[in-house]
Amino acid sequence: MDFSFTEEQTLLRNSVQRFIQDKYDIEARRKIINSEEGMSRDNWNAFAELGLLMAPFPEEYGGLGGDNIDMMVIMEEFGKGLVVEPYLQTVVLAGSFILHGGSEDQKQTLIPEIAGGEKIYAVAFAEPQGRYNLADLTTKAEKSGDGYTINGYKAVVLGGPWADKLIVTARTSGGERDEDGVSVFIVDKSADGVSTRDYPTVDGLRASEITFENVSVGADALLGKEGKGLGLVEKVFDIGIAALCAEGCGALRVLTDSTVEYCKTREQFGQPIGKFQVLQHRMVDMFMETEQMISMTYMVNLKLDESDVERKKAASAAKVQLGKSGKFVGQSAIQLHGGMGMTDELHVGHFFKRVTMMDTLFGNVDHHLKRYTSLDA
Amino acid sequence: MDIDYAPEDEAFRAEVRAFIAENKPKIVADKRARGEELTREDYLAWHKACYKKGWAAPKWPVEHGGTGWTVTQKYIWGEECAKGEVIPPLPFGMSMLAPVIMAYGSDAQKAEVLPKILSGDVWWCQGYSEPGSGSDLASLKTKAVREGDHYIVNGQKTWTTLAQHADWIFCLVRTDPDVKKQMGISFLLIDMKTPGITVNPIITLEGGHEVNEVFLDNVKVPVENRVGNENEGWTYAKFLLSHERSGIAGVASSKRSIEKLKTIARTEFSNGVSLWDDADFRSNISDISIQLTALEYTELRTLASESAGKGPGPEASLLKVRGTEIGQRIDELVVEATGYYSMPFRGGPATDSNVFPVGPEYADGVAGTYFNDRKTSIFGGSNEIQRNIMAKAVLGL
Ligand SMILES: Cc1cc2nc3c(=O)[nH]c(=O)nc-3n(C[C@H](O)[C@H](O)[C@H](O)COP(=O)(O)OP(=O)(O)OC[C@H]3O[C@@H](n4cnc5c(N)ncnc54)[C@H](O)[C@@H]3O)c2cc1C
Repeated sequence: MDFSFTEEQTLLRNSVQRFIQDKYDIEARRKIINSEEGMSRDNWNAFAELGLLMAPFPEEYGGLGGDNIDMMVIMEEFGKGLVVEPYLQTVVLAGSFILHGGSEDQKQTLIPEIAGGEKIYAVAFAEPQGRYNLADLTTKAEKSGDGYTINGYKAVVLGGPWADKLIVTARTSGGERDEDGVSVFIVDKSADGVSTRDYPTVDGLRASEITFENVSVGADALLGKEGKGLGLVEKVFDIGIAALCAEGCGALRVLTDSTVEYCKTREQFGQPIGKFQVLQHRMVDMFMETEQMISMTYMVNLKLDESDVERKKAASAAKVQLGKSGKFVGQSAIQLHGGMGMTDELHVGHFFKRVTMMDTLFGNVDHHLKRYTSLDA
Repeated sequence: MDIDYAPEDEAFRAEVRAFIAENKPKIVADKRARGEELTREDYLAWHKACYKKGWAAPKWPVEHGGTGWTVTQKYIWGEECAKGEVIPPLPFGMSMLAPVIMAYGSDAQKAEVLPKILSGDVWWCQGYSEPGSGSDLASLKTKAVREGDHYIVNGQKTWTTLAQHADWIFCLVRTDPDVKKQMGISFLLIDMKTPGITVNPIITLEGGHEVNEVFLDNVKVPVENRVGNENEGWTYAKFLLSHERSGIAGVASSKRSIEKLKTIARTEFSNGVSLWDDADFRSNISDISIQLTALEYTELRTLASESAGKGPGPEASLLKVRGTEIGQRIDELVVEATGYYSMPFRGGPATDSNVFPVGPEYADGVAGTYFNDRKTSIFGGSNEIQRNIMAKAVLGL
């Protein structure tokens, strides 16, 4: 048993930490999210220079040969700064789709583009009627000639406005919620027939509604086997959940530490409010929730390569923890900061909003409790 | 014991409903449902309509313009207003300051202040909290020094709700720094147009502008604008806070929110099954509905004893704590039910307003409402402070 980090991982953590400290305080972030584009290309280039975009990929595809744990370390540190740049979408999700579903050719061409910071991705998976069911798809891809024609609609595609390329889930056969018949495609966002409506989200990101109208793609746009994509999709979103949990850990640590610090210095009734036992207990509960979240994050990241059932259970369990801990820690942080916690000026509110939306992303507590239950033998 | 409505109550309900249907400011309700910022006129539209009808202040005594309704009628009124999604008259004048003026104000103050609160012509805001004095309100530092027939006021108030629209502010100020902190406070009425007052916005986490900082720099206030006696302001302040608390159970508005939640649950599908037909989600709705029923009956018991002549006691804290917790829980469930479409942010940067609404109409602003309503367990005496009050004053601990 070993929960320690390698020297490389520690160096990686330190370099991300330094970047966040220097470049990503709440004011810097505010500037970024209020800018026209809503993300910083300079930061993205800096991520490339720091090697963060190549960290989890094998060396033969231009990566640094890291693994899930490297991804976890990066995401946790990103969580402490509430980084908005689409690392989760591009490196974690799209990168994993290509790595685990792509042909040798696709890996050789596409992964270096991501690792080098040249291409940004978004993943278009959710549909209005589908809620959190990844197989509930009305977007269709029909064979035409060598390739496919895609028609359909995708909701709340995070990072959509920034993307060069989209990973799109679509149905090539079967009924709306069938397990069989799900396929995964890579589509240029600039392709004819792709149209977007872009908007900000409550947690400081940007998203798009995306319509596909007779969008033609070649045979090489297909990732994995036609109609057999659901397994790949589930695996990649479990990897995404593991990364999101790590981001959540970073955010929960900040919320808890900031609250403790605040309660040590804020005085009412002639003493620091941290002296009031009822607040002490609440902060101890925040601490315990944060620790449980960290444990669950390690757990899921260590189980990503196990059997499908074990991996799915681990991901759903960790996601349930994230939803519950996030809610408790976020709400408590606001409460204990009193009026200050309610302001846009203080960082705490921004962390609370992000953590709240983490519950929705990739399926909320209810959804993952059900998924866990269905797998628990 | 009897909880049935008499036929005349049902007739009253019908009259109220008809009045609301006819006079409800529709645009304002739509704006509010989307979480959009309201103008001064938006806030006052319904108040003015009620004033015309003579129904602006059901809780006031008849001599000052109250309606003379029975407890049941007042309850029906509150319920129907919430169902109708109208914005009740702002509480600062109507339910906070007015009772203080009625109990402790001079005749001149009664004649000047009350009619203009009733008509909605003067907008009041509440200047209690300061940066260093929130829960420990009695530690407030804004000071008023007597100079002839004026006070000169210096200091800062904060979290002042809707001060940007206010004509007048009622303030707690320190008039004697040398005695026990509760003993040296006075209660002043200050015209916001007086030179030396500056109002700066505070933006709240969901992006709205409803609170402000109010700076007072050598503000001259006539002595006749003091309510009651000098250095006895704390008594009036506490009297006011108990009124602030009793209105805050929010049963009727929580009922309305549960209806909204049910509508969403019937519309949102997961695996082809509506959330309404999903046993887990449905039991969440049942659970919060049951909690709300308990609160409703607790409130009815309180109302009954109030109409029997007892003022709102420390039990009012129960209504505040449970009322806000329930309201916040419903907000959570609404966000959960809405799913991914709770994410779009209409008030966000670089927004093209043509893009909205994104997703179903009901999704607009649900996350903002959830974030913003976290305030309810903080203001009006935080829920921790309310529990302290009950521990001390009710349980004798
Ligand atoms: C949206 C909003 C609108 C408001 N509108 C107005 C207004 O119009 N006019 C006005 O005067 N004020 C207004 N307030 C201020 C409000 O009344 C204060 O925020 C509130 O009293 C808490 O004070 P504080 O913010 O300084 O927090 P603090 O008093 O610093 O409290 C911080 C935390 O410590 C806890 N705490 C403090 N003391 C104790 C204790 N003894 N035991 C246990 N826990 C304790 C609190 O419960 C809270 O969780 C508003 C506030 C908000 C957020």
